[in-house]
Amino acid sequence: MAKVTYIENNGNSHTIEIANGLSVMEGAVQNDIPGIDADCGGGMACATCHVYVKEEWFNKLPKKEDGEEDMLDMSHEPNKFSRLSCQVLISDELDGLTVSIPSKQG
Amino acid sequence: MIKTDTLIIGAGPVGLFCVHQLGIIGLKCEVVDNLDKIGGQCIELYPDKPIYDIPAVPECTGEELTNNLIEQIKAFKTNFHLNERVEEIKKVEKKWITKTNKGTKFESSSIIIAAGVGSFEPRKFSTKEIDKFVEKQILYSIKDKKIFKDKTICIFGGGDSALDWAIELSNTSKVILVHRRDDFRGMQASIDKANQLKEEGKIEIYTRYQLDSVHGKEKVESINIKHDDKTIKEIKTDYVLGFFGLIMQLGPIAEWGLNLDKKTIPVNTESFETNKEGIFAIGDICSYPGKLKLILSGFHEGALAARGCFKYAKPNEKYRFEFTTSSKTVKSRLGVKE
Repeated sequence: MAKVTYIENNGNSHTIEIANGLSVMEGAVQNDIPGIDADCGGGMACATCHVYVKEEWFNKLPKKEDGEEDMLDMSHEPNKFSRLSCQVLISDELDGLTVSIPSKQG
Repeated sequence: MIKTDTLIIGAGPVGLFCVHQLGIIGLKCEVVDNLDKIGGQCIELYPDKPIYDIPAVPECTGEELTNNLIEQIKAFKTNFHLNERVEEIKKVEKKWITKTNKGTKFESSSIIIAAGVGSFEPRKFSTKEIDKFVEKQILYSIKDKKIFKDKTICIFGGGDSALDWAIELSNTSKVILVHRRDDFRGMQASIDKANQLKEEGKIEIYTRYQLDSVHGKEKVESINIKHDDKTIKEIKTDYVLGFFGLIMQLGPIAEWGLNLDKKTIPVNTESFETNKEGIFAIGDICSYPGKLKLILSGFHEGALAARGCFKYAKPNEKYRFEFTTSSKTVKSRLGVKE
């Protein structure tokens, strides 16, 4: 279980408890957090669950697998803290994780 | 006006198998898809990725699955209207009249929406105030490459489309290729070729840059690109091309008066009919309690939706269930010789 904070582009913030094993994307979708579309359902095939990970958390996350960086090319305004939230799985270690949602997806 | 029993919107695996299910119960259909090829997400998003959960097919790629489905429906000689997006639907007496963006019109007694997450559209630049140049000097696809002759072109993107066009247009134009990171994700041969052309001075390549702003009065005169380290570089250019792949957009479907839940269409689970009589939704775009977004679920949904279409196509006939193994009628529809 981890508490994850999602910050919308307009500054609204949502903190949610998410069970281990779910992804940061699933946590958002199941709790109706606006701004994470996840069109492909978690298949790393669409880049519409793009988030910016807060700097101090970025290096604590498991590294990107093959293909994630390629998909991030297609995301909206990626930066060096960009991740696809479907690829970040919740574990106890991620308690307190904070991610920001881009102004739009895709 | 094309008259048919059922219009299917979407030529992905679920739409294709639904053609089969309509065909064996004796209904005719036409298929419309906004992509330039058959196969939907299977062909556009993961043609080479193996799929492991198609029943009785231990492993196949998106492309193989598509080709097998095309083979399975060959006997029905279905017309596919590719590169067309359905814009409007309206009911006239008991028929649905459908119009595409190319002006093709259909009259059918039912419509099956198998549109996945919507139609594929090019991903666009997010830069503000570029609208007046879009489709003029800012383009997301190339229809006539002759317009670029002896011009300067700035191409954005890191995949095969960006690389292939950069290489091809470098023969007749001054080409500047811009990508947000050092690695390109296109085919290695194309990456090597682009680097070779850079060495020969035929292409300029800037990496770790993204589009920042576009300048010009009547038409594009120059652009600014911004490095990861925030430094800005000005580039004089005649055209700006963006190749960022495709994104799925629900598009006009949202305006047809169908109930929507987020980006999906609620249906009943007996026939997968929507809140509109004669309009069905199957595959990723439909929702109901317990919905799984799997291709195999879409096949089931298509089989039931096809039977649901029967009463609209043949109101005076009763649908009779038959097996493909034993029914002579079904076999003759499938073109099986005994």
